[in-house]
Amino acid sequence: MTETGRLIPRRRDAHPVPYDPDYKTTMTRSPNLPLLSMESTPSEETGPRFGHGLIGALDNNLIVNFSKGAAPAIGERIRVHGRVVDENARPVPHTLVEVWQANAGGRYRHVRDTYFAPLDPNFGGCGRTLTDENGYYEFLTIRPGAYPWPNRGNDWRPMHIHFSLFGHSFGQRLITQAYFEGDPLIARCPIAATVKDRGQLDQLVAPLDMAASRPMDYLAYRFDIVLRGRRQTMFENKPEGM
Amino acid sequence: MVQKLGVLTETASQTGGPYVHIGCIPSFAGLPGVYPEDLGLSPMSDGAKGEVITITGSIHDGTGWAMRDAMFESWQADGAGRYPGQPGADPAVSGFCRFAADKDSGAFTLRTIKPGAVRGHDGRMMAPHISIWIVARGINIGLHTRIYFADEDNSADPLLARIEQRPRVETLMARPVGPGAYRFDIRLQGPGETVFLDI
Repeated sequence: MTETGRLIPRRRDAHPVPYDPDYKTTMTRSPNLPLLSMESTPSEETGPRFGHGLIGALDNNLIVNFSKGAAPAIGERIRVHGRVVDENARPVPHTLVEVWQANAGGRYRHVRDTYFAPLDPNFGGCGRTLTDENGYYEFLTIRPGAYPWPNRGNDWRPMHIHFSLFGHSFGQRLITQAYFEGDPLIARCPIAATVKDRGQLDQLVAPLDMAASRPMDYLAYRFDIVLRGRRQTMFENKPEGM
Repeated sequence: MVQKLGVLTETASQTGGPYVHIGCIPSFAGLPGVYPEDLGLSPMSDGAKGEVITITGSIHDGTGWAMRDAMFESWQADGAGRYPGQPGADPAVSGFCRFAADKDSGAFTLRTIKPGAVRGHDGRMMAPHISIWIVARGINIGLHTRIYFADEDNSADPLLARIEQRPRVETLMARPVGPGAYRFDIRLQGPGETVFLDI
């Protein structure tokens, strides 16, 4: 597949607003001044590549990767899978997908998480994989719990899994979150609500995918991801103004 | 009605949150052993050609507070201005590094090779720079910026030339503070706000 051409400029209205008083921390962490917009350069069109040698056999199985297979994590077993494509609907093959999440009780294994839900000795909460040649990926994990967080008086995060994606260029870099179909906390979450375009928020909600589930073993959720694409044209390398 | 374009929309970003380290640099986050080592520990290995430099700084929110929870990624060319994968690129330069603000002081350090100037699509040379991407709780979409070097000739750089308010160019300059040592501070908001990029 060709990977030439400038990156398609980001549609900022498809992304969360940077400043949102309902998500208090954004108020002091969002730039006041406009971003400097310009066409991508080789600095954004290139990016790190990671090979299969990086990925361990258990890396995409969060149920057992923390205990090295010794004992499974507690929780509802789920498979999360999907495709990574670009805005031109082309698959993004062999790209790194990293995930992290809370355990079944809504607790992260992190020095700063002081929520009193217990840690699971057999759950770390991170995983990674590479997409295959068709842009497909999958993880096995447990359904993360919802949890309270200090924002407004009584805010709770819906069940979610964080996703980190590289694509093939530094300008495609993206972190997002997958939510779960039917979770009533999505509509109450000020972080989800930073995405003002309803259709774009819907695209962050993974549907239950019974056809991909395994009887007597795990449910499945489908989460497809779109990364920035590149403009395809024969007029790419002319100096500006010509 | 018109023809259907068939163009998709990029998936919406969401904040990396306070625990972004778990997913990206788990050993740093206190989960050693999940992977052999954290990804992007260093942008170079032994034998990389060029000047080894250390860039230190901190990142400040709109109140001036040095944030303790930010994570950074850097991407850069080798000492001769070639990106990894390009013909002739230095095999000892991966170009990619992940680093984080210290959880107690907020300070960050990037030890790397000083990149060379890179040729742009229009043939103009971009002054030596390191691309930076910043994520943290409260940042809803990762922020792109660049580190340039105050001791280089930046006068013809195409990106810097587009900054209308010339004093703001200074926000992208790493300042020499000793042999091979630079200081680069980031301000998300308010006086001295760093120039962030939509690129």
